[in-house]
Amino acid sequence: MATTEENGDAVRDLARLRAREGGFRGWLKRTADSDVWYSFKTSPVAVAASIVSILMLLSAIFAPWIAPTDPFDLAQIDLMDSELPPAWMAQGDPRFILGTDDQGRDILSTILYGSQISLLVGFASVLFSMAIGIPLGLISGYVGGRLDAIIMRIADIQLSFPAILIAFLIDGIARGVLPRDLHDELALYVLVFAIGVSGWVQYARTVRGSTLVEKNKEYVQAARVIGVRRGPILIRHILPNVLGPVLVIATIHLAIAIITEATLSFLGVGVPPTQPSLGTLIRIGYDFLFSGTWWITIMPGVALIVLVLAINLVGDWLRDALNPKLR
Amino acid sequence: MFSFVVNRFVQSVLVMLTVGLIAFAMFRFVGDPINNLVGQDTTAEQRAELRESLGLNDPFYVQYARFAVNAAQGQFGQSYFHRRPVSELLVERLPATLELSLVAAVLALVLGVPAGVYTALHRRGVLSQIIMTASLFGVSIPTFLIGIILILIFGVMLQILPTFGRGEVIDLGWWTTGMATPSGLKSLILPALTLALFQLTLIMRLVRAEMLEVLRTDFVKFARARGLRTRSIHFVHALKNSLVPVITITGLQLGSLIAFAIITETVFQWPGMGLLFIQAVIEVDIPVMAAYLVVIGFVFVLINLIVDILYFVVDPRLRVDRGAAGGH
Repeated sequence: MATTEENGDAVRDLARLRAREGGFRGWLKRTADSDVWYSFKTSPVAVAASIVSILMLLSAIFAPWIAPTDPFDLAQIDLMDSELPPAWMAQGDPRFILGTDDQGRDILSTILYGSQISLLVGFASVLFSMAIGIPLGLISGYVGGRLDAIIMRIADIQLSFPAILIAFLIDGIARGVLPRDLHDELALYVLVFAIGVSGWVQYARTVRGSTLVEKNKEYVQAARVIGVRRGPILIRHILPNVLGPVLVIATIHLAIAIITEATLSFLGVGVPPTQPSLGTLIRIGYDFLFSGTWWITIMPGVALIVLVLAINLVGDWLRDALNPKLR
Repeated sequence: MFSFVVNRFVQSVLVMLTVGLIAFAMFRFVGDPINNLVGQDTTAEQRAELRESLGLNDPFYVQYARFAVNAAQGQFGQSYFHRRPVSELLVERLPATLELSLVAAVLALVLGVPAGVYTALHRRGVLSQIIMTASLFGVSIPTFLIGIILILIFGVMLQILPTFGRGEVIDLGWWTTGMATPSGLKSLILPALTLALFQLTLIMRLVRAEMLEVLRTDFVKFARARGLRTRSIHFVHALKNSLVPVITITGLQLGSLIAFAIITETVFQWPGMGLLFIQAVIEVDIPVMAAYLVVIGFVFVLINLIVDILYFVVDPRLRVDRGAAGGH
C-alpha cells in the first residue's frame, strides 16, 4: 500500500518537474494538469459564476467606453427624459434599456459606473484586510507566546461584534475627526479603511492556524538550521504555503465587502452621491419606490445581487475544491 | 464548571471595560465636548470654567473611571443632536428594537430548524433542492434589498401591509408595545421578516450540515440496528446531537440581529435604537454613539456568556473534558 502511494507521489513529482520546464507554457501545462482545474472544468455552476463575475468586472472597468451615456456629464442628460421606464415597458424609450432616474440619467450607465465604485471599494477593502490580517497571523503563529495571546484576544473581542457594526463605528468616528468637506473628499478611503479593519480577523486566524502547522515542518526547520532569519523564513518559506485558504476567504470576503459598502452607502454613511456606488444608486431610487418608479431602485439592486451571488458561488466552489477532505 | 463560569465572567468584565474604554475615548477625543455643549457666544473663561466643572481637566484614568461608573448606572450625558439625556432616548427606543429582534429570532428558529431537518432527511428531494437554492439567494441578497423588495411587493404593488413605523403603540409606562394592537402587529410583519431571512438561511444550512454529519455516526447506525423507529432516531438521537453548534451560532447571531436591526429599522423607519444610532453617525452625535456601543457591547457579552454556560447544560461530555483539562 505504502509503496504504491510513494510510486504515485514519485510519478506526480516527475510530472511536476517536467512541467516546470519552460516559463509560461510550463505554467499553463501545470495548471491544466492540476486537480483544481479539473474540478473547475467539471462544475458548470463554477464556470457560469466565474464567467458572470469576470464579465461584470470587465464591464465595470471599461464602463467609460461601453456605457451608452456618461451619467455625470450634465451636457448629455436631459431632464425631459427623467423617470422613463425600461425599454420593454409601455412608455419605455429604446435609447434607455433599463430606463432613466429622476434626473434623466440612463440607469444602465449609472449601474456600470456604480459597479466600478463598488468593486473598487470591495477589492481595496479585501487587500487592506489582508495587509493587516496576514502579517498579524504569521507573527502570531510563528512567534507565539504573549504576543500571540494579545493579538488573538483582540481578534476574539472584535469577532464578538458583527463586522458591519465596526464599519459603522469607524465611519462615525472618521466623521467626527475629519471636517465635513474633507470627509466627503476622503469618503472612499474612509470606507476602505472601515470595511478593511472590520474584516482582518478572519485572515489573521486562518493564517495563524496554518502557520502553526507549517512552522514545525522539515523545510522550515531546515531553513532555520542553515541560518535563515525569521523575516525571510516567514515571507519566503511559510507565507507561500499558507495562502491557499486565504484565497478562499478573500473571495467570500469580497462579496461581504461589496455588500457592506452597499449597505453603508444605502444608509447614507458611505460614498457621497457625487460618486455613486450601487448602494448609493439604490438609496437614491428608494425615495421614488412609493411613487411607482420602481426601476430606479430595483435595477441597481438586481445588478448588486447578481454580482454578489456570482462571487459567492465562485467562493463556494473554491472552498470545496481546495478542501482536501472533500476530494 | 464553577471555575469555568468565574473565568468566563472575569473575561466578560474585561471585554466590557475595553469596550467602555473605546467608547470613552470616542466621547472624549472625537471633537471637543465643550464646543458641542455651548453656543458661539460663550467666552473663553466660561468655557474654561465649564471644562473644570465637568472634570475635563482631570487625569485620563479619573475621567475614564467616572465615565465607567456613570455608564454602569446608565448615564451617558446629553445628546448633542437631540439636546436630551442619552439614557432617556435609549429607554424610549429599546422596546422597539427588542420586540423586532425577538420576533425575528423566533421566526428564524421556527422556520429554520424544521427546514434544515427536512433538507437533511430528504437530500435529493425536489423541495429540498428548491429550499437550498433559495437559501443561496438569501445569503447573497443584502438585508436592505430584501426590505426594499418586500416593500415593493406588499406595500406598493399589493398594498396590504404598512411599510413604515410601528403602527399603534400601547404605552405601559416602562415599556411600549406594538404587539397588542392590530396595526402594530401588521407593521411588525415586514420588518421582522426582513430581519429574519438572513438568519433563517444561516440556521437552516447549519442544521442541515450538522444533521448530515450526525446521521453518519456510529450511534445512529447502531440505533437503526436496534430497530428503533426512524422518527425517534431522527428527532431524539440525531437532532438532539446536532443542536450544540446550532445553539452557539444562534446565540451569537442574536447579537448580530440587533446590529442588523440598524439596517432594517432604517429601511422601515422603525423607531428603534438602530435608527437612533444611524442618525447619530450621520450627525456625529458622539454621546449617542458611545452609549449605543456600550449597550450593544453589554448585550453581546451577556449573550456570549449565556451561550458558553448553555454548552455545559446541553453537552455533558464537555464537563468531563474541560474538568480534566483544568478548566478553560
